[in-house]
Amino acid sequence: MKIESLFRLKGMIRKEWLQIIRDPSAIAIAVFLPIFLLLIFGYGISLDAKEVPLAIVVEQHGQATDSFIGSFGANPYFTPRHMGSIQEAENALKNAEVDGIVWLQHTFEQEYLAHQSPPVHLIVNGGDANTARLVEGYVQGIWANWLNQEARLSGRKMNSPLQLEQRIWFNPGVRSTEFLVPGVIAVIMTLIGSLLTALIIAREWERGTMETLLVTRMTVIEMLLGKLIPYFGLGITGLTISLLMGRFVFEVPMRGSLTIILAASVLYLLVALAMGLFISTIARSQFVAALAAMIGTFLPAFILSGFIFDIRSMPPLVQGLTHLIAARYYVAILQTLFLAGDIWPVVLKNSAALLFMGVLFFTLVILKTNRNLEQQ
Amino acid sequence: MSARLHALIIKEFLALFRDKKSRLAIIIPPIVQLLVFGYAATFDLEHVNLAIWDEDHSPISRELSARFSNSTAFELVGHVDNGQEASTLINTTQALLVLHISPQCSQSYHQGESCPVQILIDGRNSNTAMLALNYVRDIISTYNADLLEELPNRILPVQLEMRARFNPNLVSRWFIVPGIVALLGMIVTLLVTSLSVAREREAGTFDQLLVTPLRLWEILIGKAMPGLVVGVAESSLIILITVYWFKVPLLGSLAALYAGLTIYILAIIGVGLMISSMSTTLQQALLGAFLFIVPAVILSGFATPIANMPKFMQTMTYLDPMRYFLIIVRRVYLEGAVLTEFGHQLWPMTIIAALTLTAATWLFRHRMY
Amino acid sequence: MPAENSSKQTVAPLECTGVSKEFTVEARGIKALEQVSFTLKKNMVTGLIGPDGAGKTTLMRLCMGLLKTSAGSLSVLGFDPLRDRNTVLAKVGYMPQRFGLYQDLTVQENMDLYADLQGVALQQRGERYAQLLDMSGLTPFTRRLAGNLSGGMKQKLGLVCTMIRPPQLLLLDEPTVGVDPVSRRELWNIVYHLVEEEGMAVMLSTAYLDEAERCREVILLHQGKVIGQGTPSSFSNQVQGRTFQVQAEGEHKRVMQKKLARMNQVQDALILGKSLRVVTEKGQTLDSKDFPGHDVQVHAVPPRFEDYFVATLKTKHQKGGQAITLHTAIQESDSAVIQVQDLVRTFGSFTAVDHVSFHVNTGEIFGLLGANGAGKTTTFRMLCGLLPISSGSCRVAGMDLRTASAQARSRIGYMAQKFSLYGNLTVGQNLKFFASAYGLRGKHQKRQMQWAISTFDLDQYLKTESGMLPLGYKQRLALAVALMHEPDVLFLDEPTSGVDPLARREFWTHINSLAEQGVTVLVTTHFMEEAEYCDRLVIMAEGNLLAQGTPEEIKADNSDREGATMEDAFIHLLEHNGAAQ
Repeated sequence: MKIESLFRLKGMIRKEWLQIIRDPSAIAIAVFLPIFLLLIFGYGISLDAKEVPLAIVVEQHGQATDSFIGSFGANPYFTPRHMGSIQEAENALKNAEVDGIVWLQHTFEQEYLAHQSPPVHLIVNGGDANTARLVEGYVQGIWANWLNQEARLSGRKMNSPLQLEQRIWFNPGVRSTEFLVPGVIAVIMTLIGSLLTALIIAREWERGTMETLLVTRMTVIEMLLGKLIPYFGLGITGLTISLLMGRFVFEVPMRGSLTIILAASVLYLLVALAMGLFISTIARSQFVAALAAMIGTFLPAFILSGFIFDIRSMPPLVQGLTHLIAARYYVAILQTLFLAGDIWPVVLKNSAALLFMGVLFFTLVILKTNRNLEQQ
Repeated sequence: MSARLHALIIKEFLALFRDKKSRLAIIIPPIVQLLVFGYAATFDLEHVNLAIWDEDHSPISRELSARFSNSTAFELVGHVDNGQEASTLINTTQALLVLHISPQCSQSYHQGESCPVQILIDGRNSNTAMLALNYVRDIISTYNADLLEELPNRILPVQLEMRARFNPNLVSRWFIVPGIVALLGMIVTLLVTSLSVAREREAGTFDQLLVTPLRLWEILIGKAMPGLVVGVAESSLIILITVYWFKVPLLGSLAALYAGLTIYILAIIGVGLMISSMSTTLQQALLGAFLFIVPAVILSGFATPIANMPKFMQTMTYLDPMRYFLIIVRRVYLEGAVLTEFGHQLWPMTIIAALTLTAATWLFRHRMY
Repeated sequence: MPAENSSKQTVAPLECTGVSKEFTVEARGIKALEQVSFTLKKNMVTGLIGPDGAGKTTLMRLCMGLLKTSAGSLSVLGFDPLRDRNTVLAKVGYMPQRFGLYQDLTVQENMDLYADLQGVALQQRGERYAQLLDMSGLTPFTRRLAGNLSGGMKQKLGLVCTMIRPPQLLLLDEPTVGVDPVSRRELWNIVYHLVEEEGMAVMLSTAYLDEAERCREVILLHQGKVIGQGTPSSFSNQVQGRTFQVQAEGEHKRVMQKKLARMNQVQDALILGKSLRVVTEKGQTLDSKDFPGHDVQVHAVPPRFEDYFVATLKTKHQKGGQAITLHTAIQESDSAVIQVQDLVRTFGSFTAVDHVSFHVNTGEIFGLLGANGAGKTTTFRMLCGLLPISSGSCRVAGMDLRTASAQARSRIGYMAQKFSLYGNLTVGQNLKFFASAYGLRGKHQKRQMQWAISTFDLDQYLKTESGMLPLGYKQRLALAVALMHEPDVLFLDEPTSGVDPLARREFWTHINSLAEQGVTVLVTTHFMEEAEYCDRLVIMAEGNLLAQGTPEEIKADNSDREGATMEDAFIHLLEHNGAAQ
């Protein structure tokens, strides 16, 4: 009995494998889709504002204004554009030619010399709130630096009682690519794992081969394993490509150990496969399965996993919802392992959640899969 | 309009709406996506976990700590006593940032020197880190100014005054939510048009249609109409929700919005029909739609600005109709722009629409099987 | 096979006692099987005969434990298919209608897969493979992908895969559907062989009534109920003395058929080449004296199973069918309406249609005959302008439909192989749409729609979604749509495939009356008997024309004996053709 079971499993695996290698679309999803998505996301999504066009309006030049304005030119974040009047600058802001205006009024120099604390006006285009915030932050930094520099030069006592010293851990260059690429990998693993598996069982139903499989003595476990193992291999291929591209094309550091990254990825891949199988036990047509996989796994992995939009920024209700999304745990593990290193509490906590979801979905799949044609 | 065309359009609508599943598929997922996106897609920070490492224990350090923990941006999760504890909290993501006030702080202040205040911040999500730093800077600047006022002859030589046009409180939802009009308008239109021909091919009804005296352009118009009507209607529904549910101000002219929307939807219909003409099964059509939607959304500047992309990608964005419509939507909502301001967006979209529709017609004629 | 234990001697291979099965479709209960009871006998082929939807597939699925009975009990080799599932699965072979061949695997790989799945030990495989491949004639093709096999070879491979582990009971669900007559004959030979050599019981379902006579015993199933069980002759004997062959000189066969159908004593009249086959009402006979003033010969002929089937199930309502009357008369002309010259169509390196030429005259029923994959449908689609031609020409009423004006297309009617109207539109909406699409409007449109509704008896279904219609009504609706605009030329692609024999007769009554009114009909079919209804026909195989002519000519040219059927002629042709290659 045991031997027969192995035979059946071997037969299924070989069959799936032959089908994979003869169907170019499966290979395309496993090999080309990761490359395509990584390139699109890796290059297309960036939250780092650099060379932001900034209008500079100085109504009356003087020593202080020139020194202040000078500090913008040396900054990599900004491309200053000098403008004659505030009206001109406001128009440029409206037409999205510049993202902000630094405006020094004609009284600036005079008031500065008279120690009257003249204002530097910063006007940003709030339409893109995120960019606006970043511009504000950069300008604040420049302003604070300039104040200290002025104080040192003039030999005056401190101007700011408290001086901010920031230490950004794990990503001192603040490159958004470094946290986006691990997220992209999670999205790709979801797509390969869930979409492909959701389709393969639906395909057996559509082509009528399922009825024949059901009248062999194959057990549910054998059938599921027979499907899982080859597609697991395919998922690993996609994973390897993604990891290599992340490391060598996008130059994301890998501070954690490769073994743990692989182990966590294997765990997540199994969960994704289980979700795909679950969808396929409900949907008997490839079309419905594909739609369900998109809406049920891909979109949440995209929006609710913390991949682009930080979960910490979401309202509490939505944050609660994200706990149901397997991708969120994997994104957390990957971001930590790539950028921070082997931090066990993070890895273990999230892995436990993944393990739970995996067991849950596999149990559901086994319970829902029956060996007859009765509709449930 | 000829009677044949009229009958064809009626048929297309019946085919789309008599099916309960497709009726639901057109209405429910977009609304759910709108709500999830509207709430989940935000770059604004609230209640960010913060820990305080106060080695000074002076009135100044206590006041600073209080200002942090009273801010809505931060949520105090605890005090730590040493660097080890601080790094554990950050490493395990229990705290996003730790405020470190060194022992000599109040002493240096009273001696007239700057007191260094250290912020340790988790950079794993660099965007969140940058945003949190902005809040930190705000608090420290304000406190600095307050402290200076208490001291004689100590004023800031220069102040920084910040204002934001069009979105004074920098609510990122005001930026994301109008974009969803463009996003969902595209998804729904593309699905309706790209799947309709594939569905007829699978059911064999497309042959039946081709042997009738209907002309090819009539069939194409018949196929385009549901996309246009559903796309515009669905977008209108989303516009209503954004204004009345999410309370995003809609300041500009509806004429500009709808002119842009119509041309945009036509361009997408062209793409949908191209996908249709090239796919023989529903699955191919679905894959085609997916392969168009993903890059189109990313390159449009929907989630992150086009200006942040590498140069070659910025050039590619000119081919993306969503890029232009996104500018129209955002400027009409927040800046109150009117039709005459959108010349530079409308003509490229018109050209794209003309090209995609022509290409679709050509493909249908030449690749009928 | 090793000697089986004694239980085999006593236990029937299959025993049904009061089996019922109900399905719920859209909250309505549908009775697929009702109180079905029978016992299968050992060592013979039992035919499960019945029209589409009779419950044949449901019954087989119940036997395999794929479905649960709603009532009654089933015993398969003495076991309960649900409780002793694994035992049943190990002892019973089942070949579903769409057997689960993996098209992207080779013949050998498919066999290996099923050997693995059925737990056949490695050392037993070599011998078994050789034996089965030899029997099925698949030995030369082991390295070919299953998807590239012909329909007949696919079915044979399906049977081989089912048989890799020798079962005691074999269930075959419509194994001969869409298979050419040669392969059909070979399949039957394999089945007989299995019964003799391996001593298994076989239950085979089929909708082809002529196959009933190849079974030792027949179970006739209709609308979920067993009508009878017995040898085929025990059925046909019940209509003994009521079957006649009628041949009329100087009368067109279709005129004669119409005449016969109107006679009181005639229950059914069927065209068979030049003559007609008639079944009379119970207790009635037919004689040439019944046709005063005509040169009509009437011979009594031995009854067939089909005669019994028709006599028992044909209701009065269906008798004769309604004749169609078109509003506008079609102008007669002597020239050919359809002209096909050296037509070629290639797909890559594969030639689907290879230099085919024929022509069809006005008012003719012209048949395009051949097995699946013979190139019929490809030819047909090129004629309708749905597929570009590679070389040669095909003209309909002097035009190439692919480039002809849209208006020209309104002269043709088209009915596709599978139901291809809008399934989620109601019958009324479909009629209205196609009426408008063909440019009918106003009063004229209303009149034509009314005509279609009453002619095809669609009144009761006007508001029903056409996808939910019973199969026979779907086909009526499709024909109504193809005819509403009164085309001169009617294209029908396998119009009767999957339709039960009664509905098929009714359908042909419609076609006959159209042809009488001058409509030219081009029809493709793989039913050999339907070839007899045609005025002229061509037989295609592998893209080539094998024969062309009237049914009589083809039968006479391709058979060595008197009274040969079209199927005999077809097999002769194919074998001859194969030898030539």
